[in-house]
Amino acid sequence: MLLRKVGFSPVLSTALRLAPSASGSVRPAESSLFTYNGRPYASQAAEAVLDKHATGSETAAKTSTDKKTSDLESKSFAVNMFKGQISTAQVFPFPSVMNEEQTQFLSELVGPVAKFFETVNDPMKNDELEKVEDGTMEGLKEMGAFGLQVPSHLGGLGLTNTQYARLVEIVGMHDLGVGITLGAHQSIGFKGILLFGNKQQKEKYLPKLATGETIAAFCLTEPSSGSDAASIKTVAVQSDCGQYFTLSGGKIWISNGGLAEIFTVFAKTPIKDKTTGEVKDKITAFIVERGFGGVTHGPPEKKMGIKASNTAEVHFDAVRVPLENVLGEVGGGFKVAMNILNNGRFGMAAALSGTMKGVISKAVDHAANRTQFGNKIHNFGVIQEKVARMAMMQYVTESMAYMISANMDMGASEFQIEAAISKIFASEAAWTVTDECIQIMGGMGFMKDAGLERVMRDLRIFRIFEGTNDILRLFVALNGFQNAGKQLKGLQHALKNPIGNAGFLAGEISKRAKRKAGLSSGLSLHGTVHPELAESGELLVKAIEQFGGVVEDQLLKHGKKIVDEQFVLKRVSDSAIDLYAMVVVLSRASRSLSQGHSSAQHEKVLCETWCLEAHDRIMNDMKALQSSSSKRLFKNLRAISTAVVENGGVVSPHPLGF
Amino acid sequence: MAGRVLVGVKRVIDYAVKIRVKPDKTGVVTDGVKHSMNPFCEIAVEEAVRLREKKLMKEVIAVSCGPQQCQETIRTALAMGADRGIHVEVSGKDYENLGPLQVSKIMAALAKKEEASLVIVGKQAIDGDCNQTGQMTAALLDWPQGTFASEVSVDGDGLKVEREIDGGLESVRIKMPAVVTADLRLNEPRYATLPNIMKAKKKKIASVKPADLGVELTSRLEILAVEDPPQRQSGVKVESVQDLVTKLRDSGTL
Repeated sequence: MLLRKVGFSPVLSTALRLAPSASGSVRPAESSLFTYNGRPYASQAAEAVLDKHATGSETAAKTSTDKKTSDLESKSFAVNMFKGQISTAQVFPFPSVMNEEQTQFLSELVGPVAKFFETVNDPMKNDELEKVEDGTMEGLKEMGAFGLQVPSHLGGLGLTNTQYARLVEIVGMHDLGVGITLGAHQSIGFKGILLFGNKQQKEKYLPKLATGETIAAFCLTEPSSGSDAASIKTVAVQSDCGQYFTLSGGKIWISNGGLAEIFTVFAKTPIKDKTTGEVKDKITAFIVERGFGGVTHGPPEKKMGIKASNTAEVHFDAVRVPLENVLGEVGGGFKVAMNILNNGRFGMAAALSGTMKGVISKAVDHAANRTQFGNKIHNFGVIQEKVARMAMMQYVTESMAYMISANMDMGASEFQIEAAISKIFASEAAWTVTDECIQIMGGMGFMKDAGLERVMRDLRIFRIFEGTNDILRLFVALNGFQNAGKQLKGLQHALKNPIGNAGFLAGEISKRAKRKAGLSSGLSLHGTVHPELAESGELLVKAIEQFGGVVEDQLLKHGKKIVDEQFVLKRVSDSAIDLYAMVVVLSRASRSLSQGHSSAQHEKVLCETWCLEAHDRIMNDMKALQSSSSKRLFKNLRAISTAVVENGGVVSPHPLGF
Repeated sequence: MAGRVLVGVKRVIDYAVKIRVKPDKTGVVTDGVKHSMNPFCEIAVEEAVRLREKKLMKEVIAVSCGPQQCQETIRTALAMGADRGIHVEVSGKDYENLGPLQVSKIMAALAKKEEASLVIVGKQAIDGDCNQTGQMTAALLDWPQGTFASEVSVDGDGLKVEREIDGGLESVRIKMPAVVTADLRLNEPRYATLPNIMKAKKKKIASVKPADLGVELTSRLEILAVEDPPQRQSGVKVESVQDLVTKLRDSGTL
């Protein structure tokens, strides 16, 4: 009887349609489903991240060697939500990973760092001078701020990711220009050495980097190579004796480019395939010292914001780099780059949650004291909505930052989707929040002295660097689709042997049938979420079920061509971001309620409000995607863009005729 | 002849916090309120550490009297460069009644026990504003004192202390062992750097009870009430001296 059901189920037959659009062969999950013009695309970045080695023993650089964890068993919430499943392992309860000693230590660090930024650092001066004041720089080095995650036996503070996040939050609250100077140095500049360096490289370079005696910089971007990182043209050719590489090329927009002694440089190395004899160009990561000779830099770039941070071109003219300075494997550079960026992303969310806290205080201070129309303006609904939304966005960002840092400290190997989501959310939320703060303060907010316009200018770059939000959205969506696709392939295999997989198939059929009928497929957060948040938990469950269904439908509809459907990918990604945001606030608010915090009721309201609006957004987006009008919408958008580009500007003639 | 310096550090409500009086008027709200080291104690620690760095003293010992949280204050002193700490455990009612007389008895006992050559404390605490502990400690030990110090230098087997007094500056020369109280302009305390905080974790903090030092804590003072200062009344403008005199007579002031 089960057999007949399997054979004739219309729901399942749609799954069979996957076969023709897939590449036809039954083939291992290793190779990416998605390449674009044969070049590594956003999703291959995900592969690069998943396929990493474990190096180093410190918690900060901890990466799990668990390559064997198949995606079907992934613990990541984000990976599972694309399959319409809920994995609570990494998100419930809200993780607290620090032991008493670490918590005590961290609390002792917060005071001095905050005091330094309140009394010594002058953000306005730094912005005016377009550099970090010399005294401040010295103070930061003495303070130990340049080696926060370097192991203590090499001269650093050996902080965990969570501890690092807490301190970076303080920096973000006061001066993002200084934040980038520090971040470009340790979050990406020498992170490669922490993650991929061998013992000799670590012992040689980390001590001086930790004290700030030498500064580091991350060199990937080139004039013709921004988002398309794999297309870099800087070349490193190995000598005949094999003992060194000759590196030549130019990098642009390198933070700390004018200050650094130690550069992590990415270059194309011609590699001969041992079996085929074919020579391929693959990226290799190098540790390059300015002292090697041939390294020059340009004048500091004039920027919109983070003016205190030095940004410059760096040129490499036949620089001799010894073989010992290869970071990771020869040809393994792309993986190194993606892992470095992935590893540092949580820091951005942490810093920006601090920035938002700071500007919100300023706005609220104004709203509580400014009287207009006979009333303090915080009593007016328009202002109240602004303040409420700002508070929610800060709450979500903060929750994301500390959940991810805790997951990383717990040894999670899969957090790249969540990290990307946090970067996208944090940078956009911070921009919106600061914008609204200026709005609340009115004309005052526009004035230099209020300190807000500087923050606004500083924030703009956060949506661009370290992976533009647009690329990261594609990354989130494609990564998710890839995992969902693997699940469907599993289904496909099972169909080849329906008798042996009868139980599994019956479950899958009933799940899809229920979904098509609009019934719940049995997912629940009951018992996981605090009872007072049960309603919001239900909203999340409904949203995930809908989301999972739409993801599968889109995948079946487009197959591999989903890569080209950026209009779809963007919307899927927006919903994914909203889903992750919902789960982090549910988790955090649940914890506060369970622990009976004095702020628990307030957090409950923040959580409920967020979930209500996020749920509606997701449902609308998903419905729109499934509707036929979305196809026409995308077609129209494309047509408009083509015409405008062709015309070199707006097409419609002036209403006045001239 | 490098000796030991004993530095007293007090845990007080942070200077930037807005103080609130408890509804029952027994004191101020301390629960959940940010605390830190008394600013004058920071200056005292800084001076002690500088003396050791100049090799004029060989060891700096930080002392704090109070409940468990005082260890945080001692750790800040260790992070600033003190060599070890002593936590004198006082809690509950004893802590509420702890005043300069009790603390100076403890400091005197410790100074003798540790064979200190110098005791430095802040001139006063920003909560009590008593300005008594240093002076009482010197009296109990029968040691000379240099209070309101704005400059301290070693002069042979004694100290030269520049004191800030109402009329200006006074220089005194006192023999050691001595007690010095630190005033605002004595020095600018260093920031505790993160590596030093880390190193401070390895430094020792010994715990003692007042009874172990033979000190008895009963207070002879009883706090009757703690109240907010009266709200400032608005002033009144008058047109002439005659009006002023009339108003003053009417209010009973004249």
